[in-house]
Amino acid sequence: MPISRATVEHIARLSRIALPDAEAALLTGQLDTILRYIEKLDQLDTASIPAMSHVLGLTNVFREDMRRPSLAPEDSLANAPAGDNGQFQVPKII
Amino acid sequence: MRRPAITDSFKYLKLFKHMPITDCSAYEIRQKITAGELSAPEIAAAYIRKITAANQRFNIFVHFEPEEIMNRARRASHGPLHGIPLAVKDNLCVRGEPTTCASRILSGFRPPYNSTVIDRLEQAGALLLGKTNMDEFAFGSSCETSCYGPTANPWDRRCAPGGSSGGSAAAVAARFCPLALGSDTGGSIRQPASFCGVTGFKPTYGRISRYGLIAFASSLDQIGPFARDVRDTALLMNAMCGYDPADSTCAQQPVPDYLSGLDKDIRGLRIGIPREYFPPQLDPEVNALVRAALAVLEQQGVELIDIRLPHTEYAVAVYYIIAPSEASSNLARFDGVQYGLRAAAHGVSGQSLLDMYEQTRAQGFGCEAKRRIILGTYALSSGYYDAYYLKALKVRSLISRDFEQAFAHCDCIATPTSPTTAFRLGERLNDPLAMYLSDVFTISANLAGLPALSLPCGFSRALPAGLQLLGKPFAEELLLRIGHHYQQQTSWHTQSPPEA
Repeated sequence: MPISRATVEHIARLSRIALPDAEAALLTGQLDTILRYIEKLDQLDTASIPAMSHVLGLTNVFREDMRRPSLAPEDSLANAPAGDNGQFQVPKII
Repeated sequence: MRRPAITDSFKYLKLFKHMPITDCSAYEIRQKITAGELSAPEIAAAYIRKITAANQRFNIFVHFEPEEIMNRARRASHGPLHGIPLAVKDNLCVRGEPTTCASRILSGFRPPYNSTVIDRLEQAGALLLGKTNMDEFAFGSSCETSCYGPTANPWDRRCAPGGSSGGSAAAVAARFCPLALGSDTGGSIRQPASFCGVTGFKPTYGRISRYGLIAFASSLDQIGPFARDVRDTALLMNAMCGYDPADSTCAQQPVPDYLSGLDKDIRGLRIGIPREYFPPQLDPEVNALVRAALAVLEQQGVELIDIRLPHTEYAVAVYYIIAPSEASSNLARFDGVQYGLRAAAHGVSGQSLLDMYEQTRAQGFGCEAKRRIILGTYALSSGYYDAYYLKALKVRSLISRDFEQAFAHCDCIATPTSPTTAFRLGERLNDPLAMYLSDVFTISANLAGLPALSLPCGFSRALPAGLQLLGKPFAEELLLRIGHHYQQQTSWHTQSPPEA
């Protein structure tokens, strides 16, 4: 079995998704099927093959570091579920 | 030779004049506008009537505000697309309009800026009708993972329209608009185009700015057009393409005039037929329709040659590592802080920030989105990275090399777009792997960054099938030209669903 229930629960925590028991069980089975299919890549010897980083071989794109107009603070905050005093508001961290 | 009587011609003219606007192609609408026969508000009113009457039957538009459409029609700029209705997939940002990726987690989101394509198309005068349904965050091949419920295929409402851009494909098929925008990460324009009997085009990676497209898998995503035929596709491409400094992956390549390239000669071109795309599991009727389409092209003077793309069978496995990995990173931004949903009872007081993230994402994402985020996080996590993600990038090189080697012998490659016609709604929803395998013929173009066009090529049991043409990077003009020549000899693209 390529993936265990405990691993799925651990990965869900890393992904910041709360996963009820029933969902974890279903997902473990589905991910197992998908990962078994993906294992077919092991048939290929890729030791000497480079990893493909970009389809067109594009490298870094640079621009001058200059001041440019940007969104007004009220536009940036307009979609926030909670905001106050020009800032995004979240539950207490510390 | 009998010359047609003048009264016959008059009858024809009258018929044409009284053809409903919603049956016209974009090119025909443009001619009528230029001739002063139609105005943008008249066109808008006709489409609003049609959509209001029939949208419920298909669930195509998820955001549609008639008053706003009429306002836009009155102030549409006088460019080459003046007054031509356009539907937009719900993952493209339109300033001030709902943009949700068909996900609960973006409910209520109205972007403070426009996608570059929307800016360009508005400057060209296009009339934005609204946002179309899609699989949640473009995760799917059937439009069924949408938080708004599935879209029905206009050819048979029991069937899926394909996905993820199913709403845009169905909109063109149902005559809700002559032009629509989609995005294609593994076939999300071409497979629904095939299922809905319309023309769909994924241009080369980087051909069209993606600024304002809500990202799914950044090394694969590409925006592209849907239309009834290749000529309309070229018309739309002309207004969309070109360098954009706001998207660092956008190519600095000159943009040809796609419309004027359509009539150039295709005689002597070599079309490669990869045997890997005609496996025994291919639906025999789809196979026969694609072979017949190739015979039509052969009669027009192209040469068909056998080619090999030996790593084709690994494409789906590579894709389902790379795409979810990138998605898991791109979707980290949906956490209840900057926009969209925040889990109830997690205002600003109460439980911890971490708890707010976990509950918001649990409530906001659907099953397929969670599956992909977790699969991608797994493939990228410490201890698994080499076995999955790095391995996939290496096999991606092999798939890309297959194409480079094949294009040494041919100008373009022809395949079926999908191994089957539209499947039934619900048929594959609970079997993720079966759903993933429905993209087996479209994924490679994204992995290699190539342009690919899907054209209607006939019907099997009253459902449309698609022919796919793949080209070298930036060979858009050639693909459109071959497609246009094909459509001059066939009438599949002119058929409309009985209910439309």
